Amino acid sequence: MKEKPWKPWLLLSPSLTAVFLLLVIPVCFVVVYSFWLRAPSGMDIPAFQFGNYAKFFADSFYPVILLNTIRVALETVIICLIMGYIPAYFFYRTESRLKPYLMILVMLPFWISFIIRTLSWINILGDSGLINHLLLKSGLISSPIPMLYNEGAVIMGLIQYLLPFMILNIYVSLDGIDKSLTEAAKSLGCTEWQAFREITLPLSLPGVSAGCLLVFVLTCGTYLPPMILGGPGNEMIANLIFKRIIGTLDWPFGSAISTILLLLLVLIVYTYNRYMGINQIFKSLSKG
Amino acid sequence: MKKLISGWTLIKLYTILVYVWMFAPIVAVVILAFNPQQFGTFPMEGFSFKWFVKLSQNSTILDAFKNSLVLGSLTAIFATAIGVPAAMAFIRYEFRGKDFLNTMLIAPIMIPEVVLGVALLLFIRWLQQPKSFAMLLIGHVVLTLPYVLLIVQARLVGIKREYEEAALSLGASPFQTFKEITFPLLAPAIFAGMLFAFTISFDDVTATLFWATAQNQTVPVKIFSMLRTSISPEINALGAVMIVLTVSIPLAAGYVARRFARGNTP
Repeated sequence: MKEKPWKPWLLLSPSLTAVFLLLVIPVCFVVVYSFWLRAPSGMDIPAFQFGNYAKFFADSFYPVILLNTIRVALETVIICLIMGYIPAYFFYRTESRLKPYLMILVMLPFWISFIIRTLSWINILGDSGLINHLLLKSGLISSPIPMLYNEGAVIMGLIQYLLPFMILNIYVSLDGIDKSLTEAAKSLGCTEWQAFREITLPLSLPGVSAGCLLVFVLTCGTYLPPMILGGPGNEMIANLIFKRIIGTLDWPFGSAISTILLLLLVLIVYTYNRYMGINQIFKSLSKG
Repeated sequence: MKKLISGWTLIKLYTILVYVWMFAPIVAVVILAFNPQQFGTFPMEGFSFKWFVKLSQNSTILDAFKNSLVLGSLTAIFATAIGVPAAMAFIRYEFRGKDFLNTMLIAPIMIPEVVLGVALLLFIRWLQQPKSFAMLLIGHVVLTLPYVLLIVQARLVGIKREYEEAALSLGASPFQTFKEITFPLLAPAIFAGMLFAFTISFDDVTATLFWATAQNQTVPVKIFSMLRTSISPEINALGAVMIVLTVSIPLAAGYVARRFARGNTP
């Protein structure tokens, strides 16, 4: 097609304007603000100094929350992987007529509000929740076991939210593997398990890594599960940002924490992109 | 051979367990919504609609629902209105910096919502503008745009360019071509994109907490503030209503869209 060169730019201009004006520039503002000073009067003073960053790393309180966030994110990634790989493999191999319906069920949580999925765990893990109710009734325990407001409960909520992402990413990757490869391996004398270990597993690794990255990045930014299901010691970095901005209105310090979170994630996504290519993630997201 | 079958059975069992784990809490919300007691807990004694009745009389929740619906619909319209042309540009044209720009428009998926929330709020503050419904809408459009782009692009790749070229060579104007050829073929993806944008907007809490004012609270933000007091059956009832709405709307829409698509193809 002979085209006028300005045509794509015309089509793109609304989106580009929106994203530049409402996202790129505001994010730059966050970085700029992170160097500003906050006067005792509550006014922000333009400056270029590293005081906010020094404050973050000087007191052990803040780095502990950062490390806490990273640890919780890693734990969530590992549990999601263990919980997600086998169902994804099931979808890949099954010839059941129910498969489309089972797939819709995996997608269903995407349509259910995040806050409801998070608070729903209170009904299961609470002192008078389902588990304690059953245990008390069966006489196994005499007083409820505290299961809420700790790291385990936070991770439960996070997995509830992120498991479908992991399953879909792995499934998309598995689905691209030619099943005849496994058949060939088996006809050459491999056992089912060997064929899986030597062929299917390695070929599914792009999906595994995409799922892990997505789960890690999304966990680092979450605010609700620690807020609703966690205790005072389970704060994550997003909670800290929220408190500084909405609670104490300390914009420069809140901006500095936001910048630290953003830098951490940019570093991880950049490293991933160098080795895997970011398109792997978009591929499975467009299926969802 | 015997061993192989048992391995597959284990995989099936494991998958079932994962499903149970995923849906048990959600089912519990719906069941406890019918709990007549004051506290939304087990054991349940009886069955009652009283929390749904109470919900329907709560004017702040009804207002929040109205806000969420208006916001979600407008977000869906604006996000597709700017997202569809961009998707056309990326799939149908070659130009310098295409891959970079495409990644840049989709990358916001990876930026934590907290940071987006702070960023837009800071910008508005710097411009000395108050928080408003317009700002909330703008924020939601930016949040949902990447998903619209992904869905529409994925579909557009599958629509052969030859159809458009044929129409153009037969004398149709570019606009006619879009209206008569591309749009009907693309309609399911546009529809899916709008639905996705609506749901994301309808669900969003984290960024909305930064942007909402007391006047334009959405349902999730309302739930969030209710949680601060206690978890009552009223929250479970509200949750049950949200679950039924947000699950049935896409399923019904998907069904209608399929029927519609089937009716169109001879």
